[in-house]
Amino acid sequence: MARYLFSRLWQGLIAILGAVLIVFIAQRLAGDPLALLLPMDASEADFEALRVELGLDQPLLVQFFRFLQSVLVGDFGYSYQWQTPALDLILDRLPATLELAVAGLLFAIVLAIPLGVFSALYQDSWVDRVAKVFAMLGQAIPSFWIGLLLILFFAVTLNWLPAYGRGNLSHLVLPAIALGWYPVAAMTRTLRSAMLDILQSDYIRMARSVGLSERAIIWKYALRNAAVPLATMIGVYFANMLGGAFVVEVVFAWPGVGRTVVEAVFNRDFPVVQAGVILSAVVFVLVNLLVDLSYGLIDPRIRHGR
Amino acid sequence: MGAESILKQRSIFASLRTWLGFARFPYIAMTVLGLVLVAAFFGSWISPHSANEIDLAMRLTPPAWLDGGSSAHILGTDNLGRDILSRLIAGARVSVTIAAYAIILSGALGTFLGMAAGYFGGWIDAIISRLIDIQMSVPSIPLAMLFVAVLSPGEAMVVFIIVLSYWTWYARIVRGEVLSLRERDYIALAKVAGVSTPVIFIRHLWPNVLNTLLVLATLQFGSVIVFEAGLSFLGLGIQPPDVSWGGMLSDGRNYIEVAWWLITMPGFAIMMACLASNIVGDWLRDTLDPRLKQS
Repeated sequence: MARYLFSRLWQGLIAILGAVLIVFIAQRLAGDPLALLLPMDASEADFEALRVELGLDQPLLVQFFRFLQSVLVGDFGYSYQWQTPALDLILDRLPATLELAVAGLLFAIVLAIPLGVFSALYQDSWVDRVAKVFAMLGQAIPSFWIGLLLILFFAVTLNWLPAYGRGNLSHLVLPAIALGWYPVAAMTRTLRSAMLDILQSDYIRMARSVGLSERAIIWKYALRNAAVPLATMIGVYFANMLGGAFVVEVVFAWPGVGRTVVEAVFNRDFPVVQAGVILSAVVFVLVNLLVDLSYGLIDPRIRHGR
Repeated sequence: MGAESILKQRSIFASLRTWLGFARFPYIAMTVLGLVLVAAFFGSWISPHSANEIDLAMRLTPPAWLDGGSSAHILGTDNLGRDILSRLIAGARVSVTIAAYAIILSGALGTFLGMAAGYFGGWIDAIISRLIDIQMSVPSIPLAMLFVAVLSPGEAMVVFIIVLSYWTWYARIVRGEVLSLRERDYIALAKVAGVSTPVIFIRHLWPNVLNTLLVLATLQFGSVIVFEAGLSFLGLGIQPPDVSWGGMLSDGRNYIEVAWWLITMPGFAIMMACLASNIVGDWLRDTLDPRLKQS
């Protein structure tokens, strides 16, 4: 387990370093930052002075390590637009994004568990067909379109729920559905095939033969094991949702990281974009790491196998 | 009783199941995909209007079958009086072009790296696998934002971003296939017989991964279209005056309370294109390579 932990930590570290490197490369692609920082009529000497001051006269490798150093201490510079530290701006919005992603995940799980279980129990029944339609549509309907349709239907036409912004629970419903829509399909299919496998297994037959109630067999014994592949997916989807939230936040004017970064892109507020991208990569890596480590807790075979 | 008459007797649910279960040739999906391709390639001939033709007198005209609709604009017009159907057709060209470039480029890059990693193993595999890990740990939408922030958005940028995020899929799958192919006798024999590495790649490995690539490319066609639409919706992808489905959705948002057709039509086009390519991809997979069949 310790060796596994170490190798996963190492992998996560490399991945984050890679993300920082990509951001650094993107920064260099942007062209000469001096041209943006200095006035049009600046002299050659001004350029040279600023170049030395910013360390741009150093070799690229040195520049990269300087950048890495500042990233490590959380210094992404100041937002051009708001004049506050870029990282603070992003961290400020992080809870809203996490709230949305958790709500979306809950929606997906709450829908996927009954759909998956019932479509396995009643193969080729109408439940199974509905689940199949969900699976096909879920992958084909982009979250931003679902979001717009939800606004059109529940906010504009029926006037039941608010269309924009963050406030009480009712504000959370539509964006959570839009964000949670996509994973429902895959989760349902995974749970269905896991349930189908497990319902054939010896211990379920054993449980049946000793006369346990069908309800206990399915919801207690079968679902618990069928949920293992689902649990592994949940982490991956949660991580993806943090990225997906970028789009959904824009649709619903949700004041999260995604919307902030999109605005920053339009305003050419590069420090904020950098902070947002690196922070989302870090959260993504961390969530995946936690999920991988939690497998051992869910399924003891993995813990001992490694 | 012949198969024909049995076919005719099938209930609507049975046909739905056939359609969804990909039991046979996916006619509907193929037709939809065909329509998208026709719109993309012959759009300028079949388009009823020019996509950017502004007619303020006709602004926000509803679709033809509604009160106030006009037969000149079957799917209605947008806030500037531009014909929705013509814009959908123009958007198809953009979506298909981008998807084609993106899939070919990411497929080529991913296949090459995947083959190299799987065949050579060792440090080459270690580096490429680590690259895949890194790429997969950076969410693609934020990555797109990063590059759009420093470079200018546009078709080439969208292709670049898609290639950057999608090559890993090809690389991972091809690597896995080549890992097992490498152990086959005929590859070992070819090596012993002194066949050069490029020839082994092209003559012996490539034909064996081709089916997989074809299936993956078809399945990704839909996903790429959705991704491109997402970028354009955010304003980070295709820029006006070029028309894109995602851009149309973004424009239509502001009129959601008065003109529902502005957001439903382009979204429907995205959904149908993606659905069709998923169904055709699944069918191709089952037809070409039953081993890949999903449980």
